[in-house]
Amino acid sequence: MRRPLARALAALAATALFLPAVAGCSGEPAGLVIYSGRNENLVAPLIEKLEEHLGTTVDVRYGGSAELSAQLLEEGDETEAGLFLSQDAGALGALSKEGRLTPLPPATLDKVAPNYRSSAGDWVGVSGRVRVIAYNSEKVTAPPGSVHDLVKPEWKGKIGYAPANASFQAFVTGMRVLEGDEATRTWLKGLKANSPKAYDSNLNVLDAVDSGEVSLGLLNHYYWYEKAAEKGADKLRAKVHYLPNGDPGGLVNVAGVGLLKGADKQQSAYAQKAADFLLSAESQRYFAEETKEYPLAAGVEQAEGVPPLDSLQPPQIDLGRLDSLKATLAMLQDVGMV
Amino acid sequence: MTTPDSPVRKRPAPRPAAAPASAGRRRAAARPPWPLLLTACLAGALALLPLGYLAVRALERGPAFAWDVIADERTGALLLRSLGLAAVVVAACLVLGVSLAWLTVRTALPGVRVWSVLVTLPLAVPSYVAAFTWLSAAPRLVGFTGAALAMTLVSFPYVYLPVAAALRGIDPAQEEVSRSLGNGAVRTFLRVVLPQLRPAAAGGGLLVALYVLSDFGAVSLMRYDTFTRGIYTSYRASFDRTPAAALSAVLVVMTVALVAAEARTRGRAGHSRTGRGTARPATPLALGRLRLPALAWCGAVVVAAVGFPLGVLGYWLAVGSSATWEPALLTDTALTTLGVAAAGAALTTALALPVGVIAARHRGRAAHLLEQAAYAGHALPGITVALALVFFAVRYARPLYQELPLLVCAYAVLFLPVAVAATRAAVLQAPPVLEDVARSLGRSPLKVLREVTVPLAAPGVAAGAALVFVVCMKELPATLLLRPTGMDTLASRLWTETGAGSFAAAAPYAAALILLAAVPSYLLGRHRT
Repeated sequence: MRRPLARALAALAATALFLPAVAGCSGEPAGLVIYSGRNENLVAPLIEKLEEHLGTTVDVRYGGSAELSAQLLEEGDETEAGLFLSQDAGALGALSKEGRLTPLPPATLDKVAPNYRSSAGDWVGVSGRVRVIAYNSEKVTAPPGSVHDLVKPEWKGKIGYAPANASFQAFVTGMRVLEGDEATRTWLKGLKANSPKAYDSNLNVLDAVDSGEVSLGLLNHYYWYEKAAEKGADKLRAKVHYLPNGDPGGLVNVAGVGLLKGADKQQSAYAQKAADFLLSAESQRYFAEETKEYPLAAGVEQAEGVPPLDSLQPPQIDLGRLDSLKATLAMLQDVGMV
Repeated sequence: MTTPDSPVRKRPAPRPAAAPASAGRRRAAARPPWPLLLTACLAGALALLPLGYLAVRALERGPAFAWDVIADERTGALLLRSLGLAAVVVAACLVLGVSLAWLTVRTALPGVRVWSVLVTLPLAVPSYVAAFTWLSAAPRLVGFTGAALAMTLVSFPYVYLPVAAALRGIDPAQEEVSRSLGNGAVRTFLRVVLPQLRPAAAGGGLLVALYVLSDFGAVSLMRYDTFTRGIYTSYRASFDRTPAAALSAVLVVMTVALVAAEARTRGRAGHSRTGRGTARPATPLALGRLRLPALAWCGAVVVAAVGFPLGVLGYWLAVGSSATWEPALLTDTALTTLGVAAAGAALTTALALPVGVIAARHRGRAAHLLEQAAYAGHALPGITVALALVFFAVRYARPLYQELPLLVCAYAVLFLPVAVAATRAAVLQAPPVLEDVARSLGRSPLKVLREVTVPLAAPGVAAGAALVFVVCMKELPATLLLRPTGMDTLASRLWTETGAGSFAAAAPYAAALILLAAVPSYLLGRHRT
């Protein structure tokens, strides 16, 4: 029985060596390569429309925004990608800082309010999400009006959050920018003293609020609307509460795109067109309807049931400054949250 | 490895195989044939690539910066947490692995053949799926307990397999002598059997320890902060590769220390076998009153490690709407996964063979260094290895970048130790006497290797290949960064679906992954040396 085994092994090796050759010659090169930190299930239908629009094939590499930005930094000028579609402004800010993005033309940038694009002009937000407090309507009658209320003793052991999640960290960075490091540190310590329950994702926070495991949670608005669309809003015990008066807990953050340096001319041209397409009315409606996010280009309405962006009172902040995530992380580590 | 040996044949035969064969120990003096050495060095060099990258990145901003990261008190705390988790998981795996191996190899356990297959199946369950299913049923399990439970349940076969193989190879005569001297079954097991199992158990324990150090999925889901999680957070939150590289370098040092410690534990024990010709199968021990507890033990382990995750996945499949089923995509993805995993297993085995042979048959500093090099990258998180390959490929192998060969190379770097461990053990069990005879009959060293050593070690090498095949199928972080654009494996699809929050849509991929990975696991369970 020994020889057949060795032979099987050799056959396996031969197949394996042959396999890359087969896979290597599949398909012609794509007109545009996109690195996407946004989930495939979320944006794949939009990418199909983009292919039609561009009249060329578009290859998308899906991954985590942070992992992909690390990969892009490692690739440098050798990158195959023309466009980076990021889940959050922070990863775009990091690429911008390292000089990996090329400036976008004013015509593209101007489609979006200055709040939601790079101050250096090299990335632009394509969809927005608001930080909200989700609360269990059976346990909470009056949700807090500010994140500052969360450090009060009445919420001890009743708060759920996702400290390792990029959105939470961006919110803390926002608080640092708005209120300074000392105030933020004090708030974090107060929150920590209230023993909040840590979850791995916003989705888990929402589930915990809905099941009553915690009374309220910090998350992004669209998680609730997606769940409501799936299960029916009346079946959810969790409700959302938007924070008024420029409260740092009501931060509006964006997912956005940047054009990558190092791509060849043709690819850059496609990438530019793709950025404009993502800001077109068609794509913006897609984000509103499918992901329940806020469309950022002027003239497109948010999904039904979602309050209009201009009815909210988010804090005014330069999103480019959210790239100082490192100091936030140090602070979170210091307090013992991550 | 099986190329014609023309260059060697032309050379004058190197010193005849010394004196007549005795135990093969003086073989240490003989130099390995150069094609073997060359391939082994190639494997070592590939395995060392991540270290080169780490050095470049960690020192990018000067040694002082890197030192600041390493000397941070948090670094030490995370390392202690990782080591604590590894210690508990290894201990638990030793208990599970050794007890199950003894029950399935040496006792008259009812249905012993079925059990010996069932207890290897947990290999097929990815750590993140195990953690996920347990969490969905018992959300309070988070933290150390949950992480330790999930890691133990998926990794105890790393101990079970080598220990079971060693148990089958032990000459029962020694135990009979012990029993005849009035020692009871327990005492005989502790005094006679256990010491002989030490090398196998230590080797398995080492793989478990390195696996725990490198795992991200289970600890992340269980929200237990470990060193690897610290490295990921560093990439994720600061978009900065320097601190992550400095932290990874600490893991490498840990790995080398663990490998050295394991080598000490192993000692010379593995080298003392004189061949299997004299041994005969041990008479299975009647369990008597212990039959039911023994069955309950095996049953509980199998249910917790395999039955439970499959049950939860089955529930999701049942509640998920039919719209989430995409049979064509599932089939495509499954075939791709099988293909890349096969390629990964083939390359890894081919590279591990020379390293394993040299580690088993040749002593000395060079052999030792080679083996350590092979292990160096094993405790590194997948993303670090992947970024290292990105770094080298875009600079020196541009055409290969984001093509299958590079992904396959990443698998080889990540899983070389798994195959090396299996190969070394298999070669050690092949009596060196036969090689000496072949040498004395005028065969060249390479021919001896091809005609004697490899065929004798083939079942063990094949078992190692099967094991690598399984772990390649489950690999995620490196697959995400290095796969050809647009290619999907079952693991990456699973990632996509759970990222979108649709567990029902993820369930078919998780189930397919477990069922496919169960095939080689099943073969491993049936495989008897």
